[in-house]
Amino acid sequence: MPKFILITGRTTGQGEALHKGKESDEYRQATGLVEMNHLDRERLASLAPQGWGEPGGGQRVRVRTAFGEAELELRESDLPEGMIFVPLGPAANALIGAETRGTGMPDSKGLEAEVEPLVTSPPKLGGIEGGIV
Amino acid sequence: MKIENVVCPFCGCLCDDIVVEVEDNRITAVTKTCSVSRSFFLHAHTGPAHPTVDGQEVEWPEALDVTARILADSASPLIYGLSSTASEAQRKAIALADLLGASIDSTSSVCHGPTTIGIQNQGEPTCTLGEVKHRADLVVFWGCNPAEAHVRHFARYSVSARGKLTPQGRKDRTVVVVDVRPTRSSRTADVFLQPRPGCDYEVLTAMRALLKGETSDVAEVGGVSVAQLVDLLERMKSCRFGVIFFGMGVTQTGGKYLNIAELLALVAELNAYTRFTTMPMRGHGNVAGADCTLTWQTGYPFAINFARGYPQYNPGEFTAVDLLARQEADAALIIASDPVAHFPRRAAQWLSQIPTIVLDPEVNLTAREARVVLPTAVYGVSAAGTAYRMDNVPLPLKKIVDSPQPTDEQVLDWIIERVKT
Repeated sequence: MPKFILITGRTTGQGEALHKGKESDEYRQATGLVEMNHLDRERLASLAPQGWGEPGGGQRVRVRTAFGEAELELRESDLPEGMIFVPLGPAANALIGAETRGTGMPDSKGLEAEVEPLVTSPPKLGGIEGGIV
Repeated sequence: MKIENVVCPFCGCLCDDIVVEVEDNRITAVTKTCSVSRSFFLHAHTGPAHPTVDGQEVEWPEALDVTARILADSASPLIYGLSSTASEAQRKAIALADLLGASIDSTSSVCHGPTTIGIQNQGEPTCTLGEVKHRADLVVFWGCNPAEAHVRHFARYSVSARGKLTPQGRKDRTVVVVDVRPTRSSRTADVFLQPRPGCDYEVLTAMRALLKGETSDVAEVGGVSVAQLVDLLERMKSCRFGVIFFGMGVTQTGGKYLNIAELLALVAELNAYTRFTTMPMRGHGNVAGADCTLTWQTGYPFAINFARGYPQYNPGEFTAVDLLARQEADAALIIASDPVAHFPRRAAQWLSQIPTIVLDPEVNLTAREARVVLPTAVYGVSAAGTAYRMDNVPLPLKKIVDSPQPTDEQVLDWIIERVKT
């Protein structure tokens, strides 16, 4: 599977949605996505199973790091090629490790990640044991 | 009723010009807010009415008794959060940590904790946001995206704000963004530098060398051309008042506090040419206050442990992610924070394995896993208090509506009384 550099961070959508409740659909949607460059997306589409990315079917992917994985909705953005972005939230947490190298701060940016296209129905995202695989 | 000059307590900007309309003890409209602040004020009444223990609603005395028993029986309790509560409550949390021999840490540790370590190494040439508004003609945003995370920062303080020496606002300033990706912020900039991920240290070191008159035998450093770095340095040396705002792009990548120390050293050295300053873009409304209050109470800003009867400081040992991931904390009191939503999964999972108590106005993801949930008033909405802006200027938060819920400060007082007995 193609390898990417993972960046996590705040977005306005995540900031607005968290006030509507962390169990709201808005929060799940705002934190349950991954962004990538359109050229990377096209390369990914060429590897995808039939039906992936069809209208109405969504573009679900599984993002995997050395620490965990999460199923996310793919969105195109103007990120540089080879980089993906996941908003702060339960999905991002599943992807980052707890090692802080003596600082208290985990490596939340710059992780190596794989992205795999999925043809599935959207999982239910939740807290620690939610739908994040 | 219209209430003017309300301070929004959500992010480190602490915008103090919000207008809130209240009818029948409910906020019905807000103006001058950003979209995140608007969502904050209009959804600030949705919390639970009663405390819960093991998911069952109980009265306050019972919830407090269970809380005090958990904490008193714990050998290694952790108190964590603090950045979305008032400094009056932060003082009480520190007193409780002292009483329990607990570890106490704020959300700084997963935010600008590395910045604090960098400042301890290097010093901090800084200023207030008022100075930036009135004086700054060169504004650099390094590894931060205020257009999404601190939405009114540009308009109130740093880019389009009109000050005494910057009467034309945006026209009087050069804006530079340094980021590994294009963002809403970079699209508004005059100059955009795009280093490769994890190369901030190399870029900053190259800038320091060039500033000292060294020449380069390479064409680019960390994905940025040397010509671009020379151009940026010329702008920096020739400006009247410069400032670098920086964010998680520098604190959360490899090197962490070393990146910050290098950035602070560059800023200090630029003062040989002109007035140059720097400031971390603090995230939560009173996270700067958590650093300030912990420091004037204990001598240390975060990652503190009272097990020996006096405060000890050690990031990586007494920081919350480490204490939880190593399974060293055997009980947790989470105040105004949601570590389950923001910690690496391995650390967050331990919170569901130990008795966890949550003080928060809302049922967040941590409260879902908690043994005890204590709903409290919202500082800046239904309780008054003090919060520190990202430039460490304290501002008074107003009480706009009444709440049946006690404040974090009151609840912590009740817990302290019970633990003592």
